[in-house]
Amino acid sequence: MASKPGIIQDGISAGRLSRKEIDRNFFDLHPPLDHHEALVAADRCYFCHDAPCMTACPTSIDIPMFIRQIATGNVKGSAKTIFDQNILGGMCARVCPTETLCEQVCVRETAEGKPVKIGELQRYATDHAMHQGIQFYKRAKASGKKIAVVGAGPAGLACAHRLAMHGHAVTLLEGRKKPGGLNEFGIAAYKTVDGFAQAEVDYVTAIGGIDIQYGKKLGQQIHLADLAQKYDAVFLGMGLSGVNALGLKGKEPDGVEDAVDFIAELRQAKDKSKIPVGRRVVVIGGGMTAIDCAIQAKLLGAEDVTICYRRGQEQMNASEYEQELATSKGVTIRHWLQPAKLRSKGGRITGIELEYTRLAKGKLEGTGEKLKLEADQVFRAIGQKLTPKHLNGSGAGITLEKGRIKVDGEGRTSMKGVWAGGDCTNSGEDLTVTAVAQGRDAAESIHRALSA
Amino acid sequence: MADISNNFVGIKSPNPFWLASAPPTDKQYNVERAFKAGWGGVVWKTLGEEGPPVVNVNGPRYGAIWGADRRLLGLNNIELITDRDLFVNLREIKEVKRNWPDRAVIVSIMVPCDEQAWKKILPLVEETEADGIELNFGCPHGMSERGMGSAVGQVPEYIEMVARWCKANTRMPVIVKLTPNITDIRYPARAAKAGGADAVSLINTISSITSVNLDTFSPEPSIDGKGSHGGYCGPAVKPIALNMVAEIARDPETAGLPISGIGGVTTWRDAAEFIALGAGNVQVCTAAMTYGFKIVEEMIAGLEAWMDSKGHRTLDDITGRATGNVTDWQYLNLNYVTKANIDQDLCIKCGRCHIACEDTSHQAITHMVDGARRFEVIEEECVGCNLCVNVCPVEGCITMEPLKAGSLDKRTGKKVKKDYGNWTEHPNNPSRIAAE
Ligand SMILES: Cc1cc2nc3c(=O)[nH]c(=O)nc-3n(C[C@H](O)[C@H](O)[C@H](O)COP(=O)(O)OP(=O)(O)OC[C@H]3O[C@@H](n4cnc5c(N)ncnc54)[C@H](O)[C@@H]3O)c2cc1C
Ligand SMILES: Cc1cc2nc3c(=O)[nH]c(=O)nc-3n(C[C@H](O)[C@H](O)[C@H](O)COP(=O)(O)O)c2cc1C
Ligand code: SF4
Ligand code: SF4
Ligand code: SF4
Repeated sequence: MASKPGIIQDGISAGRLSRKEIDRNFFDLHPPLDHHEALVAADRCYFCHDAPCMTACPTSIDIPMFIRQIATGNVKGSAKTIFDQNILGGMCARVCPTETLCEQVCVRETAEGKPVKIGELQRYATDHAMHQGIQFYKRAKASGKKIAVVGAGPAGLACAHRLAMHGHAVTLLEGRKKPGGLNEFGIAAYKTVDGFAQAEVDYVTAIGGIDIQYGKKLGQQIHLADLAQKYDAVFLGMGLSGVNALGLKGKEPDGVEDAVDFIAELRQAKDKSKIPVGRRVVVIGGGMTAIDCAIQAKLLGAEDVTICYRRGQEQMNASEYEQELATSKGVTIRHWLQPAKLRSKGGRITGIELEYTRLAKGKLEGTGEKLKLEADQVFRAIGQKLTPKHLNGSGAGITLEKGRIKVDGEGRTSMKGVWAGGDCTNSGEDLTVTAVAQGRDAAESIHRALSA
Repeated sequence: MADISNNFVGIKSPNPFWLASAPPTDKQYNVERAFKAGWGGVVWKTLGEEGPPVVNVNGPRYGAIWGADRRLLGLNNIELITDRDLFVNLREIKEVKRNWPDRAVIVSIMVPCDEQAWKKILPLVEETEADGIELNFGCPHGMSERGMGSAVGQVPEYIEMVARWCKANTRMPVIVKLTPNITDIRYPARAAKAGGADAVSLINTISSITSVNLDTFSPEPSIDGKGSHGGYCGPAVKPIALNMVAEIARDPETAGLPISGIGGVTTWRDAAEFIALGAGNVQVCTAAMTYGFKIVEEMIAGLEAWMDSKGHRTLDDITGRATGNVTDWQYLNLNYVTKANIDQDLCIKCGRCHIACEDTSHQAITHMVDGARRFEVIEEECVGCNLCVNVCPVEGCITMEPLKAGSLDKRTGKKVKKDYGNWTEHPNNPSRIAAE
């Protein structure tokens, strides 16, 4: 990227790059496989017995089977094999960190360091079915049971779809004006292009029997106690709406923002060149959010983007692949640094002071040594959290564990008739595919409970 | 450095790699390109009688099957003998032989089964100064309906008769090309020998239908909705060809009859195997049609390198070296006991060996050991069948290890005998030969 006046302009401003450049920057990270590429990729699968990839997939997709179906020309059947386990298989194919899931354990990764392209093949098959609008599932005979699902993110959608399959009437209550959860507001733009998140919601809800109501926020417009009373069962899939603070003294100056808000704004923008971004950007954090925020700031034309993480590289939640992606886009990743002080002038951020850290007897501590970085924009990406008052402020108490809803193996909460899944629970990794698995499994548990 | 020059029934060529009679040898243009690339010889595309040439279909001629990565494994064709004028071919053959005196040029011929027809064509071929002739008794389609090709090759008496006519009417060496579309390949080979043929070459293509178009329900290749059986060749036919070569080489009635080995030769290794089983040289068609003439460089270099590494100096050092090791099942040593062994460092844990053995064989490979995914051979169950070796995707990961004489075979609970013992003497054999 050649330096342009737009890039070296101080402060936070839009239009650092032309729209054309930005559109090119945000192009599909992995363009879809064409027919030939898919066949070559599918040929590499060994059709393993009790396949390790399948065990590693949180939704247990029968990977050797769907790949064999691609290889034999039954692409439609392949899509069904995927959707049977994971109705959001299209999104998962795009956003799963396959390098730490299925592809990490693929025997061809073991054999030659090059796994079968499971994610890309999954996209090939699901795109095939979704482009043609092929619907594989019908609702069973109406059961007469009503279920409230809170949150139209991956967990809620997967749960609603499975419940609808079993013939239950689902009311999907979503606080925002749009469905999809983080698929729509959180996932990096270059992973899910061309409005895929909304197209997927339409595809999933086309089964029927799912009534989506927007602007219905638990704890505000709707209350858990009422839901528990009015419905035969309730599923909570509202993700994490709170954001952790930096925890520094004093009032934060302008220019210190939440990474998730920045990403959400970016995802919703029709013209990304209208999104303002700093010249020198510092991102605090070490997870997927930090990486996505930093990369996208860079792609918008920020001159200098630095991620500061308070521990070492191995402890970063973002996979090695994600880290490499960031550095390949020109992001600098620095370790063993924690924020100490925000510097500002006239109420605007001008820089950040960080303190070096180290591990002493397994505990993280500051060394006292400081580093100053200039910055005209600082992003917090140090984790999201559950807003418990949405729950307890709206009804009977629900047991939390480490700040999240405590569930058992089937997704049951401590409250009778209430299930939960996805990021808002204290189980599994915070991933789209995990949310789908938990939503689906909770639906099966609800179905069993209601059929008993 | 090993000397791979070849002398096949007196026909000399700088190496044992000839192009088989087929499209690669149908014209001067192709043949000269082949010689430039290094091929040792060619068998010119089969010539027919004087007069209007045969016509080929104008639709697709080939069908195929593929392996992973769409690698061509088997090719099938419904092509006929040359569809060019006899005299054009003869003129080109003569010119090629004059331009390339050190290479072998053999002319393949197929004319109707009467002596006059052969008497007429042989002097014309002789006039080209070609090194020899090959009688095409093999083509399984198109020509056989006209009473030629495999229609002759399937009747040993005809083979003998035509071979004799040829020997009587030409001084050129006569090679009889055999069709594999027959139950026992030894009969046509014996007939060729009885007719005085100098050698046999085999195999020609195998009658086949490669696939069926499931939209139109016609066999492939399909010509306006219809298909016909074609001739199958390429890597897929090699095992069949090797066996047929070995059968002839070890048949006491034809022992010593020179054989030109054909069928699926794709690498130097394939060639070395044919030669080891008794072939004096090899002919290649599909591999050249798949990859072009350049592959001969790999064949030459590979054969030389292998011979050097083993200390073999000439082709004579290797020809027929494996023939004596081909025997009948009843003479195999039943006291030879092997067990599969999995190299855990090479194992990538795909589980194919386990499921193959578990579902379809002897339940002799674990899937879990102490709660962890691990594939180990259970010696108590392993019959040494080799299935796991063949389904394992990692070469050399599973090996068959022979048990030493005197050690315990955990499956039978018996000690491994040191002497040779075969079925003919086995107690379970109702017609066994008494040991005394
Ligand atoms: C920036 C970022 C990038 C990510 N990238 C990836 C990635 O590449 N790959 C991956 O696998 N995972 C990624 N993740 C994680 C993944 O997005 C989440 O794990 C997943 O979306 C969780 O699904 P969910 O349904 O539990 O919650 P969410 O997706 O958060 O959905 C919750 C839904 O509930 C609604 N809601 C919230 N509160 C209420 C309420 N009180 N009442 C009613 N509705 C409410 C929300 O509006 C939302 O629609 C990323 C996360 C972030 C933040
Ligand atoms: C298209 C085609 C045409 C052939 N035509 C002839 C022929 O005219 N005469 C002949 O003797 N064999 C013919 N053959 C058979 C080949 O010479 C050879 O015996 C056979 O292909 C097996 O060798 P391969 O496996 O190396 O191809 C033909 C084969 C092919 C593929
Ligand atoms: S859903 Fe994700 S983890 Fe599972 S197979 Fe697909 S890409 Fe892999
Ligand atoms: S581990 Fe790899 S090779 Fe084995 S089934 Fe899964 S994708 Fe195929
Ligand atoms: S087939 Fe080979 S690689 Fe696969 S589990 Fe068995 S021994 Fe290991």
